[in-house]
Amino acid sequence: MHDVRSTDPEGEAFQTEVQPRVHYLNATHGIAAWLLTKDHKRIGLLYLFAISVFFLIGGVFAMLVRLELLTPEGDLLSSEAYNTAFSMHGIIMVFFFLVPSIPAVFGNFFLPIMIGAKDVAFPKLNLMSWYIAMIAGFMILTTLLMGGVDTGWTFYPPYSTTGSTSNVVLAALAIFVMGFSSILTGLNFIVTVHTMRAPGMTWGRLPLFVWAQYATSLIMVLGTPVLAITLGLVFAERVFHFGIFDPKLGGDPILFQHLFWFYSHPAVYIMILPGMGVISELVAAFSRKQVFGYNFIAASSLAIAIVGFLVWGHHLFTSGQSAYAALVFSVLSFIVAIPSAIKVFNWTATLYRGSISLQSPMLYALGFIGLFTIGGLTGLFLAALGLDLHMQDTYFVIAHFHYIMVGGTLLAYLGALHYWWPKITGRLYTEGWAKVAAVTVFVGFNLTFFPQFLVGYLGMPRRYHAYVPEFQVLNVLSTAGASILAIGFILPACYLLHSLFKGEIAGRNPWGAYGLEWDTTTPPPPSNFEVTPIVTRPAYAYTHADVVEPYGGTTEGSGESGGQEVRSV
Amino acid sequence: MLGMWVFLLTEVLFFGGLFMAYILYRGWYTEAFHEASRHLSVGWGFFNTLVLIASSLTMALAVRAGQTTNRRGQLLFLTLTIVLGTAFLGVKVIEYADKFTHHLVPGAHFAFTPSALAPGAELFFSLYFAMTGLHALHMIIGAGIMLVMLYMAWRGRFSTEWYTPLEISGLYWHFVDIVWIFLFPLLYLIGGLSVFGGGAGH
Repeated sequence: MHDVRSTDPEGEAFQTEVQPRVHYLNATHGIAAWLLTKDHKRIGLLYLFAISVFFLIGGVFAMLVRLELLTPEGDLLSSEAYNTAFSMHGIIMVFFFLVPSIPAVFGNFFLPIMIGAKDVAFPKLNLMSWYIAMIAGFMILTTLLMGGVDTGWTFYPPYSTTGSTSNVVLAALAIFVMGFSSILTGLNFIVTVHTMRAPGMTWGRLPLFVWAQYATSLIMVLGTPVLAITLGLVFAERVFHFGIFDPKLGGDPILFQHLFWFYSHPAVYIMILPGMGVISELVAAFSRKQVFGYNFIAASSLAIAIVGFLVWGHHLFTSGQSAYAALVFSVLSFIVAIPSAIKVFNWTATLYRGSISLQSPMLYALGFIGLFTIGGLTGLFLAALGLDLHMQDTYFVIAHFHYIMVGGTLLAYLGALHYWWPKITGRLYTEGWAKVAAVTVFVGFNLTFFPQFLVGYLGMPRRYHAYVPEFQVLNVLSTAGASILAIGFILPACYLLHSLFKGEIAGRNPWGAYGLEWDTTTPPPPSNFEVTPIVTRPAYAYTHADVVEPYGGTTEGSGESGGQEVRSV
Repeated sequence: MLGMWVFLLTEVLFFGGLFMAYILYRGWYTEAFHEASRHLSVGWGFFNTLVLIASSLTMALAVRAGQTTNRRGQLLFLTLTIVLGTAFLGVKVIEYADKFTHHLVPGAHFAFTPSALAPGAELFFSLYFAMTGLHALHMIIGAGIMLVMLYMAWRGRFSTEWYTPLEISGLYWHFVDIVWIFLFPLLYLIGGLSVFGGGAGH
């Protein structure tokens, strides 16, 4: 069943020494060894565990919201409880799942390995950032137990400053603290990429995943402090009665929106850029081709990071900013679509005439490309001033950003999880079930969110627990889709956990992919490499000899695959 | 080293949000801001500016002493830096206390004449406390870092070969000074120098 993936360069003989006796999982034992670890790989797994818990909590709130919307009347939840449910869904999913997801788990685990480093630049800081994230996590869970907040995930004043409960204070502090965690992670990655690259790993040879992480880190470092100070001011407003955002005291609630979106729009790119990096890896690995337009994909990551800071005003088209500002922000929002489109075109060009094998990670990658394209194009609808006046605060917006966040980031996250799972755990999962899950997620996702485009275009506003009966059919479809989607998430949880105990032992390079992470043993040794690698070839140096025939084992010459030249120093 | 520069970049943006709010409301409430600014003690502010500039000098000398493996110099200049930093914070306490006694702290007890300018003045004082408070917090953290440096210097850890912690703490210290160099004119001096030496609230 797994023969497709057994393209180990040295063949069967290599299998015997494939699992090193000492690797990062068994190097030390005990809870304390894990909780005090400075190994970036273990910290990545600590994050994986933590954000899986948050994903589960956020998912429960999503199901509550969808169940309430099954019928037009507000019957399951009161309007107050509904407000809390969608607010907590948003807060937990955005700040505690999506923002840390790919960077904190796979960035932590693979960024140092992919550049041939022993660890990140500041291992202690790395562990500290996990603890800071956990403190923030406990704060938000406490908020939840105290009854949650109902401001929406955006904390707009006056909801957050004069309305709502005093839980806002704790929730705002939690996100403030969480911000420090992402600042430290971003800082660590930037310095690591600058100073820790292996000999020969030039900027032009960096895997595109690393480029994407680098661009993401720039946004984290530049954007997060602004969010921190903004929520700090909300805190000061509630506790010390500063009037910065309160019109009664002479302040301006629109200022909050400007400061908030100055971070939170770039934060959209914090969430999607790492996903794009993953897709670049997957598309190359499963079409056995050099990524088309490497330079353009790398540069477009940076372009997104920069231009992403100049488009925040498109969240304020109807908030009362000047018409001229709205005009400029509209144009800039169209411009930010260009680097995203460059990526999509380049991935497609990479697929063209590639030797495509439809393994489960590739299914997620293809899903990503399709759904991200829909999400991106509907973003252009909303960037157009005239259309936005009609669509503002409708389900069209909800559908649009879920196509980016779930159809994009979450699919990339699942793709990354499946692609790197054998390397992380040393075990193979059941590929058949993985394919079923990938298709289930894709179908469930579209059934959930495509009807929301329609119902939003017809005028159903967001944030209400009741709606007019005309919208019921589309809402029932959406809730049905959400149930299928839930199954699509439960499946991987089952077969991945199963693989930990019963899975086949994974070889060094089960996909026959290219990159330093596939050169080292599985699971990687504590210091990542037995000898420091020397890089002599560009990223994705796939050749025709690497072609793997789907379901038919490998062709002659596949011994080259994944064999990035590694020599001892 | 690069890490500290990147960190300071985040600090610039952290304070940047407050400066943004300052720019907006100073534009909206220009007259109230000028009037409210006259209630700050330019004398104390000027004194504190000198104190901080002096502390930047002693900090630079401490780093220099690290580079030349001069342990006595490190101990002397780090101690001086801590003393100057503490003096700055002491003056801030005096100033804050003065604001409390004159009902210039935002909230229910805020009182300002002429009352037509009160909303703008209250915003000014909100920003005054937010900006100088955040700055003072950075000073306290800085003083804590200096204590650690002092301990490390006492143990003779710094030499020509290795003085990185001293150098990056110095970077942080200078950054906090520079923030004050912006805060002083923006908060204390915009009302003109006519009331040099004392708060108009007296």
